[in-house]
Amino acid sequence: METLINDFSPGLFVVQIILLLGLIFLLVKFAWKPILNSLDERETGIQEALAAAERAKAEMQNLQADNDRMLQEARAEREAMLKEAREIKEKMIADSKEQAKIEGDKMIKQAQETIESEKKAAVAELKSQVAELSVSIAEKVIKEELSGKDKQLQLVEKMLGDIKLN
Amino acid sequence: MKEVSKVIRNLVLFTAIVSSLQSFAFSEGQDEGAVDTKEEVSEYINHHIKDSHDFHLFSYTNAEGERKHVGFPLPVIVWSSNGLATFMSSEFHHDDNGEVIVEKNGSKFVKLHSKIYELEAGATSVNLDESHHATNAHKVLDFSITKSVVGILLVGLFMLWAFSSLARQYKNKNVPTGFGRVLEPLVIYVRDEIAKPNIGEKKYRQFTGYLLTVFFFIWILNLLGLTPFGFNVTGQLAVTAALAILTLIIYTFSGNKDYWMHMLWMPGVPVLIRPVLAIIELAGAFLIKPFSLLVRLFANISAGHIVVMSLIAIMFTLKDSLGVAGATGLSLILSFFITLIEVLVAFLQAYIFTMLSALFIGMAVAEHDHEHHHDAEGHEIPDEEDVRADFI
Repeated sequence: METLINDFSPGLFVVQIILLLGLIFLLVKFAWKPILNSLDERETGIQEALAAAERAKAEMQNLQADNDRMLQEARAEREAMLKEAREIKEKMIADSKEQAKIEGDKMIKQAQETIESEKKAAVAELKSQVAELSVSIAEKVIKEELSGKDKQLQLVEKMLGDIKLN
Repeated sequence: MKEVSKVIRNLVLFTAIVSSLQSFAFSEGQDEGAVDTKEEVSEYINHHIKDSHDFHLFSYTNAEGERKHVGFPLPVIVWSSNGLATFMSSEFHHDDNGEVIVEKNGSKFVKLHSKIYELEAGATSVNLDESHHATNAHKVLDFSITKSVVGILLVGLFMLWAFSSLARQYKNKNVPTGFGRVLEPLVIYVRDEIAKPNIGEKKYRQFTGYLLTVFFFIWILNLLGLTPFGFNVTGQLAVTAALAILTLIIYTFSGNKDYWMHMLWMPGVPVLIRPVLAIIELAGAFLIKPFSLLVRLFANISAGHIVVMSLIAIMFTLKDSLGVAGATGLSLILSFFITLIEVLVAFLQAYIFTMLSALFIGMAVAEHDHEHHHDAEGHEIPDEEDVRADFI
């Protein structure tokens, strides 16, 4: 203990206090303050950057969701349009089929009518020609038949016989 | 061009140092034996543990059998009864036994056991009693640039250079490069592991500068003590006392109302016991805490130096029983491992000093906003913080 007290140097103590205070003052002013400030700044910067990244991520997710939703909508719309188009197509086909059928039927009917009328005309013509022909034949026959007296009599008789049959 | 001038400057500096060393060595050659015996070893260790007025590097015996000492003389600045006296330590001619008398400003000075004494008026030589105490001389206030002061100055300059260059790095980049990258985690370590947890998130900032300075100061000086330059700065009582008293001043002046209240008039104990507790608390705050700080650091570092030097001395003291090779080998192995431990101790003591300083400051500025719990009889149940405070 005595040696310890003897070894204690008051001069060194004073010098050390002065140097240490000077060192603390200089270091605080030129080193610790700027260093700690920069560290704090950097740490808050990192915190903010992380928060910003988190926000950006959330935003991204929102956007993604929006995109998905829009995509879904677009798909649904496309589906609807396709369906509509298909329906229109089918309707058109059906309509045209109907139309065609009606038209066809109409045409067939017309044709039939034409055919009928043509047929009638033809039959009428045929009839008139047959009548003409028959008349001419009959004329000729009659001319022939009535060329002799006997023949005229025979005919009358025959005709009388036919009447009987009737 | 710049490189060349740098080289020239270094060369000039180097030559100046070497020539001053040599002139010192040649002019101050003294016949002093080498360190061989046990007594000489313990004398040498005792001498080393003390502060020194010159910067001794090594000694050798030249061809003529003269003992030469190589080192720097350092300025001696003392406040004597005749006022300030300054001279170089080389004037003592390496004498440490009070034999060489230096006369300055009408006072006679001698150096005795690393202390400078002023002879009483009329005395022509120092008289020693049987326990080697001077009877006709008294100590003077010694503000010399001793070896310890040189160490403090070197470390101070190093810290200023290292940390202000780290601070400058932040001006143009976010993450420091080079040496700054090593220093930054240490700064963050002190802030996050020592200052913040002990002082608290709110108030740590204003004390962090002090804690950082003290931490690096002690650590670097402890490490410097392990180099062969033989600094023993943190093993000087005056230095550790200065550090401890600074901590005492800081926590005394930053103590808040609660701190003084708990110290002087402890709430929650019977009134009669309060004065007794106040005495204990005052003794704790003003004597025990700083004393534990200063003695812990001083004792650890001094002990480290003594152990390392004693183990190195095995080389001489056990030479007879183990042979030269055996003693040298044993000494090398033991001192190698103890030096490794000392490297750890160097950090540990810096950490403990800073940590305890932070803790004492934290106790002084702590906000007692918590309600104490009371048990059935109305006695306070100590919470964690109180237990911790009592423990320390």
